[in-house]
Amino acid sequence: MCNCMGMVLSCSVCDVIVLPFICIFKARRCIRALKAVRAEHVAPQVYSTRWSSSTVPRITTHYTVYPRDKDPRWEGMEMERFADEADVVIVGGGPAGLSAAIRLKQLANQHEKELRVCVVEKASQIGAHTLSGACLEPTALNELIPDWKERGAPLNTPVTEDKFAILTEKYRIPVPILPGLPMNNHGNYLVRLGHFVRWLGEQAEELGVELYPGYAAAEVLFHEDGSVKGIATNDVGIGKDGSPKDVFERGMELHAKVTLFGEGCHGHLAKQLYKQFNLRENCEPQTYAIGLKELWVIDEKKWRPGRTEHSVGWPLNRNTYGGSFLYHLNEGEPLVALGFVVGLDYTNPYLSPFREFQRWKHHPSIMSTLEGGNRIAYGARALNEGGFQSIPKLTFPGGMLIGCSPGFMNVPKIKGTHTAMKSGMLAAETAFSKITDENLQSETAGLYIPEYKEALEKSWIWKELYAVRNIRPSFHNYFGLYGGMLYTGIFYWFLRGKEPWTLKHNGLDSAQLKPAKDCAPIEYPKPDGKISFDLLSSVALSGTNHEHDQPPHLTLKDDSVPVAQNLAIYDGPEQRFCPAGVYEYVPLETGDGMRLQINAQNCVHCKTCDIKDPSQNINWVVPEGSGGPAYNGM
Amino acid sequence: CFAPFLCLRPPQIRVKPDRTGVVTDGVKHSMNPFCEIAVEEAVKLKEKKLVKEVVAVSCGPQQVQETIRTALAMGADRGIHVEVSGKDYETLGPLQVSKIFAALAKKEQADLIILGKQAIDDDCNQTGQMTAALLDWPQGTFASEVTLEADKLKVVREIDGGLETIKIKLPAVVTADLRLNTPRYATLPNIMKAKKKKIVNVKPADLGVDVSSRLEVLKVDEPPQRQSGVKVETVHDLVEKLKEAGRI
Repeated sequence: MCNCMGMVLSCSVCDVIVLPFICIFKARRCIRALKAVRAEHVAPQVYSTRWSSSTVPRITTHYTVYPRDKDPRWEGMEMERFADEADVVIVGGGPAGLSAAIRLKQLANQHEKELRVCVVEKASQIGAHTLSGACLEPTALNELIPDWKERGAPLNTPVTEDKFAILTEKYRIPVPILPGLPMNNHGNYLVRLGHFVRWLGEQAEELGVELYPGYAAAEVLFHEDGSVKGIATNDVGIGKDGSPKDVFERGMELHAKVTLFGEGCHGHLAKQLYKQFNLRENCEPQTYAIGLKELWVIDEKKWRPGRTEHSVGWPLNRNTYGGSFLYHLNEGEPLVALGFVVGLDYTNPYLSPFREFQRWKHHPSIMSTLEGGNRIAYGARALNEGGFQSIPKLTFPGGMLIGCSPGFMNVPKIKGTHTAMKSGMLAAETAFSKITDENLQSETAGLYIPEYKEALEKSWIWKELYAVRNIRPSFHNYFGLYGGMLYTGIFYWFLRGKEPWTLKHNGLDSAQLKPAKDCAPIEYPKPDGKISFDLLSSVALSGTNHEHDQPPHLTLKDDSVPVAQNLAIYDGPEQRFCPAGVYEYVPLETGDGMRLQINAQNCVHCKTCDIKDPSQNINWVVPEGSGGPAYNGM
Repeated sequence: CFAPFLCLRPPQIRVKPDRTGVVTDGVKHSMNPFCEIAVEEAVKLKEKKLVKEVVAVSCGPQQVQETIRTALAMGADRGIHVEVSGKDYETLGPLQVSKIFAALAKKEQADLIILGKQAIDDDCNQTGQMTAALLDWPQGTFASEVTLEADKLKVVREIDGGLETIKIKLPAVVTADLRLNTPRYATLPNIMKAKKKKIVNVKPADLGVDVSSRLEVLKVDEPPQRQSGVKVETVHDLVEKLKEAGRI
């Protein structure tokens, strides 16, 4: 086969030269032989349109990389999709999406208008993919559902104690939280966000919102004029090798006057929309962190419901942004939610956020709480750190971005739920006015709603994010963490963000890694199985699962890049930054060399790989709906 | 007529602190995999025009309606939700369920009951057999192939020794095994259409069934932690260790 390929290549090269007759003759034979090979068995190398080494085993089979219209296995398959119309389609059943849905229906009922609102959510049930600390500021909730207490919202733990400390390897240096500092948590609630989201889902359903968990939005649909028409849900029944199975079914199209995209941090459809509509031309690139979290049932004697603890410092060095949280929940049993956040602009490719988290738990001040306890849950998710400077354009014809997808997180407060909810509510309000405006003359088939951006700029979200905009970037200095804390203590506490300058971020997180040869490997302690644990048992606790016979949804633009670049230059950092053990470099079965093995089934949908891959070769796309973690109140 | 079961599909089972059962709050409940296969078989029979109507039945609390909707989305015509909640639901077992199914089968004048061979949460493998006994109907259990031949049902059963083929008269009870078929996906348009299909609510009392349990759960424990193994260098060491442990 290699010979054949070689001949075809040389033919296309010697196109008009010396021996055209012989070339053409040989080429015809080659093409016939190739066709026979194609029909006979699916040898992946044949389809590669780029010339990759024949020793690179095929990893990616997804149709977003290998289009089906050019794939003979898909010839004759029925690709028509059933389509349905709604007024508003919302992608993502999280705090932003559900708040938007609730607000839309509230307005519809108030003004006695009919409004069809559909929410699609990739998790098998609402709340199953939700993961957060979480310390909720109830400002948005008070506006959305003022009688939330009577309705049974699971806000059971008001914050009673608020502690902040700098950790060293053995000691804990408490830092006073002065009123006015963003970390002050008075009036807030510790919640299990997954349960809160589930409750929001129930409120939405009561109001008549159509919720469809288990169906992922896989594709954005466009009108002829380029405006967004809606979304299409994922196809099902595609085999691991990319071919159709007997149970293949096309996804469904949901058309809407306006589509709200609330996919959470680093959404995959949002990634496409940024390119399509050039939404990021006037803002800084988004920067991120990864948050890992566990739930523990601890010894009752150590339980202090309402206690909120945060720390910075050990085990991270002063130039790696990150810190921890430990919240004592009041939900019947002595439960604590704890976790660790690491900024994804870290430079050492040997850093493993998961192992930093595990080793942090061995700090004496943390171990004293956890000793005698039992771990019952684990999960991880990327979060936004870019704040004000990284907010992109939020509206485009036919659609709007809401929640953590564009990114409204208040980084020093480490809270993004209240702003996500508020953004959903504002999107709903501005969309409602436009949709129900009988005299509307829209230039595009999909509605363009710039009023959303204006409403955001007038709201408390904008003021809040503007005030804290310089805190995170202030860490980019020689003194790192301490420089940042100094800046916060001086400038923020006195000026509350009124300083006239706006600091910049450092650029893309994926560009921050130094080559492995310039960095020192980190010696992580072995997990002891009581306080710290290994990766695989942790992943098992996340309950993640995917239909195994489907194309891996962690797609690579080029299958040869992982070994050639990620492994060669950075020693395969994806083995370390993935909190679910998806990426493994294993020896090739045939002789020497390594290959990348993608254990797609382990994926917890955190999006870190898509963010941190130094080659930006990994493109996370949505797997078959219902796949992914099965978080319960995370 | 057939009866999918609501069952637990938790990632990590946790025993409740009071040791009376496992934590079910917030855990995703979905259709028992063997029952999905049963639904698929029933829908296939309907598509072959061998049966007129497929009725999906499930017993349990409110959440069960979602599972019935999935069955409707796969192709069942209507649903029956037998409401059992609270304490009754916690103690609901195969005997009570089969009494309910037997009563319903008589009421609906069903010709065929298809269910999963066993539920993956309790692994009882009793409901189908008990239902057949209560109705005095023949049963084809662990079916990996079902064919209608005139007024008889030919069932190929998966047994320990291989495959057994039997012919049973209708009406009958069939329980589905893994290789009977590959269930279709419940696609979103079908889920939407299923919202319009009827689900009727019934109480066990309406069917004259007493759901009180004859069994009392004394306690539920996690399986004992697996002890780490010990590596020995020689056979002599192995014999010594076995003697030490009092095994030989």
